[in-house]
Amino acid sequence: MSLTKFMAATSMATMLMSGAAFAQSTLVYCSEGSPEGFDAALYTSGTTFDASSKPLYNRLVEFDVGTTNVIPGLAESWEVSEDGTEFTFKLREGVKFHSNDMFTPSRDFNADDVIYTFMRQLETEGSWEYFNAMSMPDLVESIEKVDDMTVKFKLTRAEAPFVANLAMDFASIQSAEYGAAMEEAGTPEMLNQQPIGTGPFEFVAYQKDAVIRYAANENYWMDGVPKVDNLVFAITPDASVRYQKVQAGECHVMPYPNPADVEAMRAAEDVNLMEQEGLNVGYLAYNTQMPPFDNPKVRKALNMAIDKQAIIDVVFQGAGQIAKNPLPPTMWSYNDAVEDDPFDPDAAKAMLEEEGVTDLDLKIWAMPVQRPYNPNARRMAELMQEDFANIGVNVEIVSYEWGEYLDRSKAMDRDGAVLLGWTGDNGDPDNFLAVLLGCDAVGGSNRAQWCHEPFNDLVTQAKTGSQEDRAKLYEEAQVIFKEQAPWATIAHSVVFMPMRPEVEGYVMDPLGGHYFNEVGLAE
Amino acid sequence: MLRYILSRLLTFIPTFIGVCIISFAFIRVLPGDPIIVMAGERGVSDERYQELVEQFGFDRPVVVQFWDFFTGVLQGDLGTSYVTKRPVWDEFFSLFPATLELSLVAIILAIALGIPAGVIAAVNRGKFFDRALMSTALVGYSMPIFWWALLLIIVFSGNLGWPPVSDLIDLLYYFEAETGFMLIDSLLSGQEGACKSAVRHLILPSFVLATVPLAVIARQTRSAMLEVLGEDYIRTARAKGLAPARVNGVHALRNAMIPVITVIGLSVGTLLAGAILTETIFSWPGIGKWMVDSIFRRDYPVVQGGLLMVALFVMVVNLIVDLLYGLINPKIRKR
Repeated sequence: MSLTKFMAATSMATMLMSGAAFAQSTLVYCSEGSPEGFDAALYTSGTTFDASSKPLYNRLVEFDVGTTNVIPGLAESWEVSEDGTEFTFKLREGVKFHSNDMFTPSRDFNADDVIYTFMRQLETEGSWEYFNAMSMPDLVESIEKVDDMTVKFKLTRAEAPFVANLAMDFASIQSAEYGAAMEEAGTPEMLNQQPIGTGPFEFVAYQKDAVIRYAANENYWMDGVPKVDNLVFAITPDASVRYQKVQAGECHVMPYPNPADVEAMRAAEDVNLMEQEGLNVGYLAYNTQMPPFDNPKVRKALNMAIDKQAIIDVVFQGAGQIAKNPLPPTMWSYNDAVEDDPFDPDAAKAMLEEEGVTDLDLKIWAMPVQRPYNPNARRMAELMQEDFANIGVNVEIVSYEWGEYLDRSKAMDRDGAVLLGWTGDNGDPDNFLAVLLGCDAVGGSNRAQWCHEPFNDLVTQAKTGSQEDRAKLYEEAQVIFKEQAPWATIAHSVVFMPMRPEVEGYVMDPLGGHYFNEVGLAE
Repeated sequence: MLRYILSRLLTFIPTFIGVCIISFAFIRVLPGDPIIVMAGERGVSDERYQELVEQFGFDRPVVVQFWDFFTGVLQGDLGTSYVTKRPVWDEFFSLFPATLELSLVAIILAIALGIPAGVIAAVNRGKFFDRALMSTALVGYSMPIFWWALLLIIVFSGNLGWPPVSDLIDLLYYFEAETGFMLIDSLLSGQEGACKSAVRHLILPSFVLATVPLAVIARQTRSAMLEVLGEDYIRTARAKGLAPARVNGVHALRNAMIPVITVIGLSVGTLLAGAILTETIFSWPGIGKWMVDSIFRRDYPVVQGGLLMVALFVMVVNLIVDLLYGLINPKIRKR
């Protein structure tokens, strides 16, 4: 079984050890927290996905790591019907599931596993949070097994982003056989505690809050993957300690460094620092239903008064990039031709006067929590308060407990502009533009309460068609967004990944996941 | 003595009920709806919200929820975590040994260093050694734990490379947990060097955790000793011509121990609170981090169950301390 495999590999590794605290064929990742479990469909946090769906499972389609494009995974190919409501997937032959003490698969992966994976989320009670959050129950009408190696999804409406949803963590393919065996044994929770998948690594052991051990899946369907014998997650919640461990050689790769340490990391010889914009956006959403903020020119004027560079320097301490579009720059269809509003307080003041707005009072809502797209909302609000004071706008900062904040900021008659943001789910522009700015989302995730027909039509039209056609529509939508200015787009975070120089082939994932499938270690 | 023990045990019952109520109420007093916090920016539909409310039992009166919790506790059932979907009881006992091990080593360290330091300071009252020791103790007492821990890590692990930065043991060693105590498990595993590695990993965190109780114990021992050293019987003992070591070590110290033991008993509570920070910094897989995460996630069963168990532990330790008084000072158990 996998434990003995791991032991054999480790004792070999011990012999090869050369002064470092671990062996060359064992990749150690100092992760930031403990996974909530290993059945990814039950959870929504990236920390859990890094430890479960990424190393242990595959999906029908996968993200091409490093981009937000979708490529074949356990499905070799797929076809979409004319009307965009039927998706037929041709499955990959010869894919083997892992085995453990309790279970040895009797067959290769087939259509039954796909049906099982999705039907349990469609039909059984349980906290399938992400499946629900992505509206899958409303979207999927039926799932049919055409033959052993073909599965057809029928949707209730045309929805091109559906394929990207299938690359998400909740769509990780489970073994129907394992599920049935554990159900029969009365221990269905084993799917969550002793995971069985088809992924590049097999689960070995998890010691809560301390360490997760994985061994390479020798039967992995992709040749030459993975590139190390063992993968270890050393759970290290404190960012300074993670960095000390990288320097001491106790781990190879770490996520989420302290922004204050980044400069030292750039200079350090034994650390390579990678960086990329995060798939997120932080924004200030005006309530576009309340005068005078229903006037796009007033919103535009306010946007011109915000010194975004100061925010990047002070709030993000450099670990951020000015946002001009609601989409992050790593996403396909990002419109780089759009020009950001200039920072020009005088022009902004003149513009407000032109619109007859004087003595304007504005509440700015500041979140009480740190988020990737906004590490310190309070500080950000204070900077904006100064900026707005310069053009004669009087700002009051308000805040609520996080749950209250999320709830109250949805109100259609909300008084004030709200600081919030979004981290992408499936790498599809629809996930930003429709979810955050579509007419259907008013009173919900559309915190600007902004329903603008021309924009909404484009985004709705973009729900079908080829990626190329859709990209054109989204690019146009971004131009309208900029003209109408329902938000002040503030920043995208910049994500840093420090790693030791012997780490080879690490690719940063714009969706924020951490993949070790193709990561190797130099001798 | 039996009556003394029984009367102590009887006071246990109302305290226990009180602790149950407080741990149940504490997390509910905090603002924040666990379902909305869990959903985050993504939000949750009204139907789904209702489903979860029913699933978690929030639709029932608070009194009924408390009664369920209380009767559950009596049967050893602390409920199931909203987040991990595992029984709180299981999670607690998989994590608590690590906290206990760290705390035990820390308190032993604090006693072993603190009492001699206090005695030496008292005997050399006002001299350089006393002043140096006591000012060091004051610094140790007022140092923020997280800052102290990081400082030690940077100097000793980072610059000098002596002890490892964090974790229980080198990742190279891997064996099944028999007792949950890494020192014992590493010995039982029979793997060469495992125990040594476990000890090396314990040095920094236990020293950090021991710092505050060490300072408190040293200061308490000193002042108790000073008080006792002024007593008539000490003068008599000296006058008899007993060796100073015997006077200080036996006559004085034994009588000075009562307040010191009280302080040791009380510092168990401080120790568990300190463990939360220490564990987070040293990636020590104990209950500290588990509880803090759960508070942020509003994971009611874990917070109330964890609090209750920690409170119970502190109560048991204080009971033991009470019984120790009885052993040391016969006057107390007769009262």
